[in-house]
Amino acid sequence: MTKRGCFTLLLLALAIVALRILFGCFFAVYQTEQVIITQFGKPVGEPITDPGLHFKLPIIQEVNRIDKRFLEWGGQPVAIPTRDKTYIHVDTFARWRISDAKTFFVRLRDERSAQSRLEDILGSETRNAVAKNDLIEIIRTDKDRKPLRDENLKNVQTGLGTIGVLPPIQYGRQKIEDEIKAKAAGKLAEFGIDLLDVRLKRVNYNPDVLDRIYQRMISERRQIASRFRSEGEGEAARIAGRKERDLNEIQSTAYRQVQQIRGEADGKATEIYAQAYTQNAQAAEFYNFLKSMETYRKVLTRDTTLVFSTDSDLFGLLKRANAKPQTLPPAR
Amino acid sequence: MPNQPPAIQTFQMPQMPRIPVRLIATVVVIALLIGLAWTSYYTVQAESEGVVLRFGRFLKTVEPGLHFKLPFGVDQVTVLPTRRQLKLEFGFFTPGYTNIDQPAREDAEEKSMVTGDLNAALVEWVVQYRIDDPKQYLFDVRNPGQTLRDLSEAAMREVIGDRTVDEVITIGRQDIEVAALAQMQELAKRYMLGIRVDQVQLKNVNPPAEVQASFNEVNKAQQDRENAINIANGDYNQAVPRARGEADQAIRGAEGYRFKRVNEAEGDVASFNAMLGQYVKAPEITRTRLYLETMGDVLSGAGEKIIIDDTMRNLLPILPLTKNPLEKR
Repeated sequence: MTKRGCFTLLLLALAIVALRILFGCFFAVYQTEQVIITQFGKPVGEPITDPGLHFKLPIIQEVNRIDKRFLEWGGQPVAIPTRDKTYIHVDTFARWRISDAKTFFVRLRDERSAQSRLEDILGSETRNAVAKNDLIEIIRTDKDRKPLRDENLKNVQTGLGTIGVLPPIQYGRQKIEDEIKAKAAGKLAEFGIDLLDVRLKRVNYNPDVLDRIYQRMISERRQIASRFRSEGEGEAARIAGRKERDLNEIQSTAYRQVQQIRGEADGKATEIYAQAYTQNAQAAEFYNFLKSMETYRKVLTRDTTLVFSTDSDLFGLLKRANAKPQTLPPAR
Repeated sequence: MPNQPPAIQTFQMPQMPRIPVRLIATVVVIALLIGLAWTSYYTVQAESEGVVLRFGRFLKTVEPGLHFKLPFGVDQVTVLPTRRQLKLEFGFFTPGYTNIDQPAREDAEEKSMVTGDLNAALVEWVVQYRIDDPKQYLFDVRNPGQTLRDLSEAAMREVIGDRTVDEVITIGRQDIEVAALAQMQELAKRYMLGIRVDQVQLKNVNPPAEVQASFNEVNKAQQDRENAINIANGDYNQAVPRARGEADQAIRGAEGYRFKRVNEAEGDVASFNAMLGQYVKAPEITRTRLYLETMGDVLSGAGEKIIIDDTMRNLLPILPLTKNPLEKR
């Protein structure tokens, strides 16, 4: 039993060592990575990019795993003055990939040193690009875009023409990003790094300039507000004027029509009368007589004192009974 | 047994603990069996899809349900919620999220933007997305969620940067959503995220707090303008239709007058003509009759009547002095 015990122990130990060596021959390459085999620290053969189970020499060869995916780089926000001397905070990010694992491994060895290299290169390229462009070039992208105008603000004119107007640009954000990318890509290629994209994530005003920006925004808004008020007053005055005009037009037109109609009526009546009274000499004479009689009735009232001569037609008979009452003289 | 040789005193080995090989073997086997059972099945939830790797290499994707795999880490499974609509919040966060990429991490910085007319604005938005290619999502990009956040921010700023503050705050919201969505979809494809961006929704969009008051003033001024116009229109509407009615009234009145005048004239003429017809037959006597009739009516109604002889030349001495009209002056 004792001998057998020793033997068993030895066997177990051997088995463990054998297993260890056996397992040391195999390694899995994950779908997201590539592997560089090093022998005493020196890379051996080409990087293994094919995922799955792979073989190596145990103990003397080592597995170095390197990411194959697109990796992120997020720069620290930096305060940079633009060409037109506005301080802004720029926050960039980039996507990159280890395209040449061997070069990468030799020159940088791990991702941490890669990140700091990226920070150096992209940081300085960003700074250069921002510093040689005006702020508006970094903000805007599409130089042909025409902004929508608020119907309400359509007529608002401002001294500087800034409200509702996009200042013109020459290059735009996209071009600046492309330029940063192009410059950095060349430098990063030496490290086996492939740069997919660089973008300006956040561009914000430095707190020191914000006050000035706010002041400008406030004055712009005030301008619009007074514009609205004055528009309201103007429109109200216009309406009041229209009211005055319409009233005058309506009233005078009506007056004209009334006078016209009345005139016509009077004319017509006169014509009718005249036609009747002048149809022949007798009619005219009769009319005269009738009208005289009518007038007497109207004129001679209760408080009239009448003085008659006995010579008159009416009272002729008072003086002489035989006096022949004269017939009235024929009317003229 | 007397002639039995004395018991040989065997050399006693130092007492070693007896190795319970059998026990160890049993325990190991049981542990292996449990481990085997434990690591050889998995379930995929209804809203998800499973991605299976064998020795680290992509093998297949599997549908929801119970599945088996090779144990002890040979097969590895990652379950992704591919059928669930996921969202990212920018500039704000609602508590109770399950997706770790969802809430805004630096909300103040995220929502602060510069517009194309160099004004400042605070923009909050939401991005709805879905994992539509689990293989790409897992294997082509590290941290796809964070990448999507970064590119969403860049895309939104690019869109806002091409718009005026008025477009951003009031009139251009829909336009911004559409443009940002297109931009994000294009970038998500370029970055091989395996993500499909479904929707971009703007939430609160405000001017910075410091200038908010002046923006409100503009709204107020706009109301004032409408108000002034309404009042003026009210005055107009109060006066003009009434004047129109009155004008019509005057015209109708005149028309009535015309009828009256013409009808009266025609009536008078008709009556005159009738009388004339009779008069022509006996002019002298008709005249006398009418004259005397009139005199009779008139004189009976008149005041004092004085009849004098035609030889008397002076009228004055007869008139009573009190009735002298000169005295009344």
